[in-house]
Amino acid sequence: MNVRNKILILFAHPVLHKSKVNRQMISAIQDVEDITYHNLYEEYPDFHIDVKREQDLLMEHDIYIWQHPFYWYSSPSIVKEWIDLVLKHGFAYGRTGTALKDKKILSAITAGGRREVYEEGNMNNYTIQQFLAPFRQTAKLCNMVYLPPFVVHGTHLLAQDDIHTAAQDYKKILISLRDQIFSDEEIWSCNYLNDLLELTQK
Amino acid sequence: MHSQDFFFQAIIFLTAAVVSVPIAKRLGLGSALGYLMAGVLIGPYFLKLVGEEGTDIMHFAEFGVVMMLFIIGLEVRPSLLWNMRRSIFGLGGLQMLITTVIIGGISMFFGMNLLQGIAIGLIFSMSSTAIVLQTLAEKGLMKTQAGQGSFSVLLFQDIAVIPILAILPLMANQVGARSVDLHEAVINETTVSALPGWQQVLLIVGLVALIIIGGHFLARFIFRFIAQTGLREIFTASALLLVIGIAVAMDRVGLSPALGTFLAGVVLADNEYRHELETTIEPFKGLLLGLFFIAVGSSINFEILTTQPGTVLGILGILILVKFVVLLFLGRFFKMRTGQEILFSFALAQTGEFAFVLISFSSQNAILPEHVSGIMLIVVALSMLVTPLLLIINDRLVQPLFIRAQKEQEPDEMEEQDNPVLIAGFGRFGVVIGRFLMANGISATVLDSNPSNISFLRKFGFKVYYGDANRTDLLEAAGAANARLIIVAVDDREQINHIVEQVQRKYPHLKIFARAIDVRHSFELNEMNIAGYRRETYDSSVDLAVRVLGELGFNRYQASRAARSFRYHDEIMMKELHDLWHNDKRKYINEVRRYSQQLENILVSEKDHVLHESDNAWDIESRREEIREMYELLAGKSEGEEDKEKNKDR
Repeated sequence: MNVRNKILILFAHPVLHKSKVNRQMISAIQDVEDITYHNLYEEYPDFHIDVKREQDLLMEHDIYIWQHPFYWYSSPSIVKEWIDLVLKHGFAYGRTGTALKDKKILSAITAGGRREVYEEGNMNNYTIQQFLAPFRQTAKLCNMVYLPPFVVHGTHLLAQDDIHTAAQDYKKILISLRDQIFSDEEIWSCNYLNDLLELTQK
Repeated sequence: MHSQDFFFQAIIFLTAAVVSVPIAKRLGLGSALGYLMAGVLIGPYFLKLVGEEGTDIMHFAEFGVVMMLFIIGLEVRPSLLWNMRRSIFGLGGLQMLITTVIIGGISMFFGMNLLQGIAIGLIFSMSSTAIVLQTLAEKGLMKTQAGQGSFSVLLFQDIAVIPILAILPLMANQVGARSVDLHEAVINETTVSALPGWQQVLLIVGLVALIIIGGHFLARFIFRFIAQTGLREIFTASALLLVIGIAVAMDRVGLSPALGTFLAGVVLADNEYRHELETTIEPFKGLLLGLFFIAVGSSINFEILTTQPGTVLGILGILILVKFVVLLFLGRFFKMRTGQEILFSFALAQTGEFAFVLISFSSQNAILPEHVSGIMLIVVALSMLVTPLLLIINDRLVQPLFIRAQKEQEPDEMEEQDNPVLIAGFGRFGVVIGRFLMANGISATVLDSNPSNISFLRKFGFKVYYGDANRTDLLEAAGAANARLIIVAVDDREQINHIVEQVQRKYPHLKIFARAIDVRHSFELNEMNIAGYRRETYDSSVDLAVRVLGELGFNRYQASRAARSFRYHDEIMMKELHDLWHNDKRKYINEVRRYSQQLENILVSEKDHVLHESDNAWDIESRREEIREMYELLAGKSEGEEDKEKNKDR
């Protein structure tokens, strides 16, 4: 199990210059070995996604991360465009579409609301995992493994120190995935991947 | 003077300048010192190439000072002048007053009478506009506190010369030392001075009003009219006419020509042809000033220096010391920053060209005895010679002590006036770029050679300058040294390439974006390694084609995606074509065949290119087929034969 996973971050933030948390998360992992930072809005400012290139990138990596702020309970629009165009029939799904089989994928999300508001009966009524159902099912249709999400909650109120901690946590989790530190059971025991760090502390 | 003589003299002066100035510059001594040394060398005491006529030349070349003040005026907006009023009258006035009192006192201590003391004090309180401003500008110090202070003081002295010339003979009258007929003696003697006082005042006010009103309202139209002829030499001629005309008119009414042209410059500072005027007059000013310095150098009377070295050097030492101390005191008093007040004091510690005028004026009025004025003349000349040396001492020995202090103060000192973006050429192409940048809050400086564009664009707040961006002096004036990037948007391929080359040579820090006329030109620009280029008609053609597709029944989004795909693969294709072109340039030598050849190449490669992958976006035909097959499979199992027959029917 010494082989390192190669991680591809499919990053989407339409107003990166206004971002607080995502920018720090990115700068935390940007120079880490075997992690590829791929900024969709920067690569395709006019949404003209180069499908071939994207598919090649997917083939070169083992774990994919949709990293973005949580907009209207979903992703910024370019992620949807990317899914529409890149995950083509015959490549990602269908009888001959097995290119992504057994690859791992997860969502890394920043949300303005605190964790409590994403519960039944509270303001947002559903949990993050419930909102992420389309992504989970997309992954499943492509025979990928959809890991628990990494979530930074309450970004509106985060202090500079908290943001820094969140970014460092993100880096640690990504490195642990890259180096296969945690067992599958450990990973699946978490609601959020963030919880893995508590395991190490125990 | 025979023309033969004239050319011979021209050869002497030009040779002296061409040989000595580059050497002086290389040695870090500045051009003023180079000219002065050249003058000394060719003067009557060394090579003896120039004799008495040096003085005539000096009078002629003083016109360089007039031109310099015109150019300085162009840089000084009226509002700036108003802001400096305290500095001009406070700093300038006190400098003259205190220096005159102290030097006058010293002169009287050495046996001069009161009048002579005042005259000597006034004469020595003058500094050299020519040397100081030339040197400070050359070192790029005009915008510093010391530069602004020096400018104020010099401007005040310029203004003060007029009343001094008026008062000195009156005082001579009262003392009764008058032995020469006043009318012969007054240097500025004019027909006007014969008029009664009130008429003279009226004339002066009228002339000044004419300059202000004419410069403000008329000049714009006149220059536009002249610029539209497209003849550079006519523009040059009219610029010279303007400066000389004002100088002569001022002289006629008894005002300083330098002051008059300065005023004209200030009035024209807001004019859109300001930079063109500046760059036109600049070489004349430079040459005349150089000539002036050479003449000063050659006029130094080394005979007096060798016979009475103690007296001359003693006076020179006292003079510079007194002026330096007074200036230092004033610099502190007016709260200049540390280091700046020292530069200020070193810069102005000499006596200037106005002193020559005042000395001869005083001796003609018999205020000063012959031997005194002789000594004073050489002291003045030597003090001018010494100034560049003093500034070098300041640079090399004194300022290093303050370097740390200076580094801290630099940012707020220089007011950043230059825009980060230059746009060369503001026609159909450049104007869109300018608008787009402006809409995004980025201000651009525009260079354009079409005069009708300029007045119109200025109304909308663009900073527009008239002139060919080909010329590096204009680029310099527009702030190329401080800009971040330049957009070359003129409409001529040769001109674009030329500007790109110029900028790359002179301003390697400037990022260049250029308009490409056609495919081949885009290859050329690509080879020049610039930051970016775009074919001028390409994008609009594609956009129009999108409309056409829409008309032919494409959905708008489909058509727009088709355009994106087209652009994408055009880019790839252009790279391939460029390689082809690069490897076989000879193919393109035949200009007539060039275009068709090029098009042929494009069309051939077009055929080879598969449509971009994502053109199949949202295409679910394969999925549909797969599902159909699946159903058929299922149906085949259950209903078998029946289904097959149905298929046959189809």
